[in-house]
Amino acid sequence: MRVIRVQAEAFDIQQEYDALCTGNREDGAVVFFVGRVRDMNDGDAITGLHLEHYPGMTEKTLASIAERAAQRWLLNRIRITHRFGELYPADAIVFVGVSSPHRQAAFDGAAFIMDHLKTEATFWKKEKTPNGNRWVTSRDSDQQRLAHWQQGEITDERD
Amino acid sequence: MKTVQLKFFARLREQLGIAEIAIPADQAPNLDSLMNWLQTQHPHWREALEQPLTRAVNEEVVNDNVDLNPGDQVALFPPVTGG
Repeated sequence: MRVIRVQAEAFDIQQEYDALCTGNREDGAVVFFVGRVRDMNDGDAITGLHLEHYPGMTEKTLASIAERAAQRWLLNRIRITHRFGELYPADAIVFVGVSSPHRQAAFDGAAFIMDHLKTEATFWKKEKTPNGNRWVTSRDSDQQRLAHWQQGEITDERD
Repeated sequence: MKTVQLKFFARLREQLGIAEIAIPADQAPNLDSLMNWLQTQHPHWREALEQPLTRAVNEEVVNDNVDLNPGDQVALFPPVTGG
């Protein structure tokens, strides 16, 4: 069961967790990640965030990432919700949750999805600071994280 | 007139001051020729277009010079920063 949502509205983390669990007796592990707006970045106070995205391509990319994760690990349920529009410090931006019979697949699957979301999903953040607004630039460390999944050092996978 | 649709996002959209343009398909048989046409038609966009940009055709990232067809949707954007 895969659910991908890109929306302006806030989401409810309890509901997301429940949706991974309700009627699910085969999975012994649930892992989820929530990305939130911080009130500081690169030494400046952040008063808000504008998140732009590419409607259509964003959903397609997230579905492709979920598919690649599901091919590598046994993930019976995958839920990805990402917000766009105006957000403020402490707001939740993204939810990535997976369920699996065993914990290692769930940990790795969720991390794989999040790492690829950071480098592939068509979102762009613009920060509001007391000195004006600025587009966030991508981090090399996010790109480097991907190598981790390519070197085959993860003992997966679907067995 | 048959066209290829070109979309810009985020910082690039702001720098160019436009979100979307239509390009005559006969001027853009492939991605490289589309980029050349842009630079010729809009020389003042050169600097913005020379920053690191991702290219997508019909909502898929492409790294090579692919052929384009009328009705295709091309997008140019800076590295993504979601999550």
